[in-house]
Amino acid sequence: MRVRLRWSKQGKIRFCGHRDAARIWERAVRRAELPVAYSQGFSPRPRISFGLALATGQESVAEYLDVDLRVSPEEIFGWAACMPERLSGALPDGMAVTDACPLRPGAASLQEAVTSCIWEFAVAEAEAAFAAEWVERVRSAESLPLQRERKGRTTTSDVRTAVGDLHILDASVGSVLVAELGTKPRAVRPAEFLRLIAPPLAAGRVRRLHQLITRDGERYEPLAPEAGALAPAGDALAAASTGAVPAAQQEVCAR
Amino acid sequence: MRSLWLDLEPLLDQVQRPARYIGGEEGARPAAHGPGKVAWLLCYPDSYEVGLPNQGLQILYEILNERHDAVAERAYAPWGDLEALMRQQDLPLFSVDTHLGAGEFDILAFNLSSELVYTNVLNLIDLAGVAVRAADRTDGDLLIGAGGHCAFNPEPLADFVDFFVLGDGEEVVGEINETVADRRAAGRHGILEALARLEGVYVPAAFEVTRRGEVTPRWPGVPDTVEKRTIASLGDWPYPKRQLVPLTEVVHDRLNVEVFRGCTRGCRFCQAGMITRPVRERPADQVRTMIDEGLRRTGYDEVALTSLSTADFSGIEDLVAEVVGPADDGAGGAGCPAVTVSLPSLRVDAFTVGLAAELQRARRTGLTFAPEAGSWRLRQVINKLISTEDLEAAVEGAFSQGWRRVKLYFLVGLPTETDEDVLGIATLARRCVEVGRRHVRGASVTVSVGGFVPKPQTPFQWFGQNTTEELRRKIALLADDLRADRSVKLKWHDPEATLVEGLASRGDRRLGAVIEDVWRSGGTFQEWSEHFDYRLWLDAMERHGLSIEDYAYRHRSGTEALPWDHLSAGLHKDFLWQDWQDALAGSGLEDCRWTPCYDCGACTGYGIEHVVASALPPAGGSQGTGQNLLQPGPVPVQLRKTRPLAGVS
Repeated sequence: MRVRLRWSKQGKIRFCGHRDAARIWERAVRRAELPVAYSQGFSPRPRISFGLALATGQESVAEYLDVDLRVSPEEIFGWAACMPERLSGALPDGMAVTDACPLRPGAASLQEAVTSCIWEFAVAEAEAAFAAEWVERVRSAESLPLQRERKGRTTTSDVRTAVGDLHILDASVGSVLVAELGTKPRAVRPAEFLRLIAPPLAAGRVRRLHQLITRDGERYEPLAPEAGALAPAGDALAAASTGAVPAAQQEVCAR
Repeated sequence: MRSLWLDLEPLLDQVQRPARYIGGEEGARPAAHGPGKVAWLLCYPDSYEVGLPNQGLQILYEILNERHDAVAERAYAPWGDLEALMRQQDLPLFSVDTHLGAGEFDILAFNLSSELVYTNVLNLIDLAGVAVRAADRTDGDLLIGAGGHCAFNPEPLADFVDFFVLGDGEEVVGEINETVADRRAAGRHGILEALARLEGVYVPAAFEVTRRGEVTPRWPGVPDTVEKRTIASLGDWPYPKRQLVPLTEVVHDRLNVEVFRGCTRGCRFCQAGMITRPVRERPADQVRTMIDEGLRRTGYDEVALTSLSTADFSGIEDLVAEVVGPADDGAGGAGCPAVTVSLPSLRVDAFTVGLAAELQRARRTGLTFAPEAGSWRLRQVINKLISTEDLEAAVEGAFSQGWRRVKLYFLVGLPTETDEDVLGIATLARRCVEVGRRHVRGASVTVSVGGFVPKPQTPFQWFGQNTTEELRRKIALLADDLRADRSVKLKWHDPEATLVEGLASRGDRRLGAVIEDVWRSGGTFQEWSEHFDYRLWLDAMERHGLSIEDYAYRHRSGTEALPWDHLSAGLHKDFLWQDWQDALAGSGLEDCRWTPCYDCGACTGYGIEHVVASALPPAGGSQGTGQNLLQPGPVPVQLRKTRPLAGVS
């Protein structure tokens, strides 16, 4: 059975890269003593599917991953309910699991399903006026050509449709630019976004706020029932406590 | 005290692999500084990836932080990109735990596990914001300490380091802490004077070098010879209790449990085996507890049982079987893969099919055997008493249990070595491939060749090492012989790095100027082949009028003073000299753990003895005697003796 988790990565640990995070996760599921399923073969690894990679140095309150557990459909709600607390205790400072929900068999993977991300960019006080003007220029641009390199070849594509809603908000220190950037067919990365119009916008800390799935004009969180979750996000614990799971499994949570 | 984190954070967006500077590892201690506490900054003088796993520093980190009068944090050499930014912004060396500048500490202590890190040590002292030369430091400046294997000839660093620790650090680190706390008011000189009186502590400033090259005390109350420290029982020191789990990839990224310390196999080239005597096994129950708790706490799925020769641990097969888990399933229960056990140092005469069978039930890690020399004759010279049959049996054990490749480690440039011995390496490797093909179609062997560097406190300390040209010739000979052979892959170590290692290994105080020169010319991270700069070393030697011939290539005489004669690992110098003569005569010497004492001095001198659970070698093995030592009865000593054995009981 598959469980989808939402987790955050903030503070010093933002300097750990995607591969480092994957290793931290493998150890965390073992430390949390979860009945995780392992891959077959020469070098068995816990079966964890990560979503879109987060670049080294960026923070996030909206990371997701799917993990396979060796438990029955009856037991899965109980396990999902206790995962946020258990895993957060097994993860290093700055990483925490904020929600978990079992997935319907056959639900689309995170890589396939997520269509856009909402990002927050810190803008220094001194840059505020320039940032406002820069955002205006992006908004009014008819096309946004982006030059990218891949496997040694440089390609240019217009990412106008991938750049969604932009707005600037006041923050406690300076202000923040919030931008929705599409991931299909190829994700517009935060660093690429900042250089869409020259001169580029200098931004401080970058944080992923949301990952979204847009279907038929509606947007869902990856933990929404529409995305394959078997219970509304946040309701897993309620499901566990109403007796939808055997008592033994509730004890697992309490341990 | 001010954390430098806010200054460092913007720099970390600009450097490679910033995770190595953030700290926050599982197992890291919250550093509680306070008045009256001695603050240590424990530093590994190489990158975080290489330094973090170092067990010595982790042990001291825990022992110090458990004390009420001490606090310890960790530092590693910042990589070049960050160092440049730090120097630009005038930021000092910092701790990764709380990002305090080095100036906030009392002691900056280094682990010295290789000579090639010496220039990094100077760079880090400089980056810490104190004078590089000890003589230029004043009251209130950091005290610079160092320990580890290279401390058994610390003379090349004598001008830069205030005190060295010889031997096991577990006990003496507390004594140093108390001394520094008590003598704070006495100033730098007063502290060093008191440290120089501690057993196991060498203060270079308390000694001077005579015209004959002898190092003798010049401060009152300082012993003529500094003896190493040895803990009598490893079981009393179950450290690290909370091994650090890094947040980014490092070398040896697994749980490490030290199963014994010391080795008495008596390999004459091996400094580690000479300076860490006697053998002290950890009680098997404690090993089990450390593995169980360690795996649960860290989440690792691999454990390395570390020592100088792990297959010699009493009851090793049972232990490995238990760790890997019940036969039908892994230790973690249904569906969980088995725990991987790796044995980083394996003697072929102690590696059995049974052990191979246990190991292969989990993920197979690489198997490395170290015959060290290509012929039985030369293996007798170096006292690595393993026969070709031992090697074949071990390799057979590995291939029959599903390994497809084994790695063999050899040295070239050993005393009395002939071209025949060198070519013997190729013959052995091919023989191993043949054995392997009986079990695996694609059996292959990787041969890794290092150049031999004679080390202080060993029987080979008098031997003049091979020139770079000679090493290169021998490697070419071997490469040529193996050229057509696709199943044998040859790798070798850079002979020029071998030479520089040799200069520092047996260098004296005069070499300090060379090390400083190389550092000032930008020669840091010399352990890394992409940064190693041979030219810098040659030029510096020439500038200071020192000859490579004199330092590395010539054989030393039995009567000349050696730069480390005032430092003792317990081994009598006449024992080492006799062993050197036996080596030249091609005569072997048995392992005294299971045979009578030959009084090397390591036990008798310190009133300690071996701590070994089994009176017989765990896996038998022939030790070159051609007999199975697992059979009870008199010890089958067949080896030629060229000298009377002193102290045989």
